[in-house]
Amino acid sequence: MHAYANPARFLKLARPLTPVFLTLGAALVLFGCYAGLVMTPPDYLQGDSVRIMYIHVPAAWLGMGGWSAIAIASITQLVWRHPLAGVAARAIAMPGALFTAICLVTGSIWGRPTWGTWWEWDGRMTSMLVLLFLYFGYIALSNAGDDRTSVSRATAIFGIVGAVNLPIINRSVVWWNSLHQGPSITLKGSTIAPELLWPLLPTVIGFSLLFGGIVLMRMRTNLAEAKREARLRRMAAA
Amino acid sequence: MKAKNQRLILALLALAAVIGAGLLAVSGLKQEAAFFYAPGDVPKDDLPLDRAVRLGGMVKAGSIRHDADGVTLRFVVTDGKAEVPVTFKGIAPDLFKENSGVVAEGRFQADGRFIAANLLAKHDEKYMPPELAGKMHKTGSLKQ
Repeated sequence: MHAYANPARFLKLARPLTPVFLTLGAALVLFGCYAGLVMTPPDYLQGDSVRIMYIHVPAAWLGMGGWSAIAIASITQLVWRHPLAGVAARAIAMPGALFTAICLVTGSIWGRPTWGTWWEWDGRMTSMLVLLFLYFGYIALSNAGDDRTSVSRATAIFGIVGAVNLPIINRSVVWWNSLHQGPSITLKGSTIAPELLWPLLPTVIGFSLLFGGIVLMRMRTNLAEAKREARLRRMAAA
Repeated sequence: MKAKNQRLILALLALAAVIGAGLLAVSGLKQEAAFFYAPGDVPKDDLPLDRAVRLGGMVKAGSIRHDADGVTLRFVVTDGKAEVPVTFKGIAPDLFKENSGVVAEGRFQADGRFIAANLLAKHDEKYMPPELAGKMHKTGSLKQ
């Protein structure tokens, strides 16, 4: 892992990977959305409104996956002092918050025609909203110090503590009576018919690749900024 | 002990403490965090009459009645353990159907009936094309 502790070595890998992630991700998302809008049948109960699932599910996955990645990066930063862990965590926070917001907005739009409400304070919705606020807090905390490349240790600790919310989001529909339905896709299989399920594969992978591409771009930007500042400081000292 | 291992143990201990605290908080919430009462959750002799509550469950098959005024609905909510008769005046959501989930917002009456001010439809986690649902409906597997 420490082989990529050297930013130069990381950049050598990240530079060619960024366009690959972004173009492949965009292509998969476009195909998945076309499939979800045109090629799949409507749901027997919900009709065409079920198609919002192909955005809603990847957004939920990335909102929660983003914080999982922040938590892992935070542990890596605190325990192994890996110099890129904080850089990665800082880069993940903004897209993570974005996808959490997309999940909440698409869920709200989906809730109106199916449940008959834009918003209710049930366990799943409330815990997902808490995740968005955790992202806001994390971003604010990461910008509180002078460091604009990595994050402070306090921020990393916050990243670990906030992960407590992840199992709560996941289990909220099982532990408590909720308006949101139970999990469709579990280790045991899927209660979504294969005809409706398959476009989720390209959209989930596609959005994940886009997410990865954005994170790599943000990491490279922050590393370049740090390099520029170091050079300016050297020139000023000379 | 190397400093790295010390930090790892510290981080794991902190993680265990945080998860423990989270689980404690969640188990303390237990019923308080529920979005609605199921009919079986409501004590028959101690109905929550003083406040608005949500009642959730399945709409019992064959129980939906429309009153002559055209806007009043009567139906029965069941969770398999108990049943509550519900009256609602207004427009029900599209997904409000018999044998399907519903969450009614309103108040219990002293006689055990429930007057709903608002209805929400709750669907389950199954998604399928209409043709498949039609086939499955005949075999009765949709009813679980």
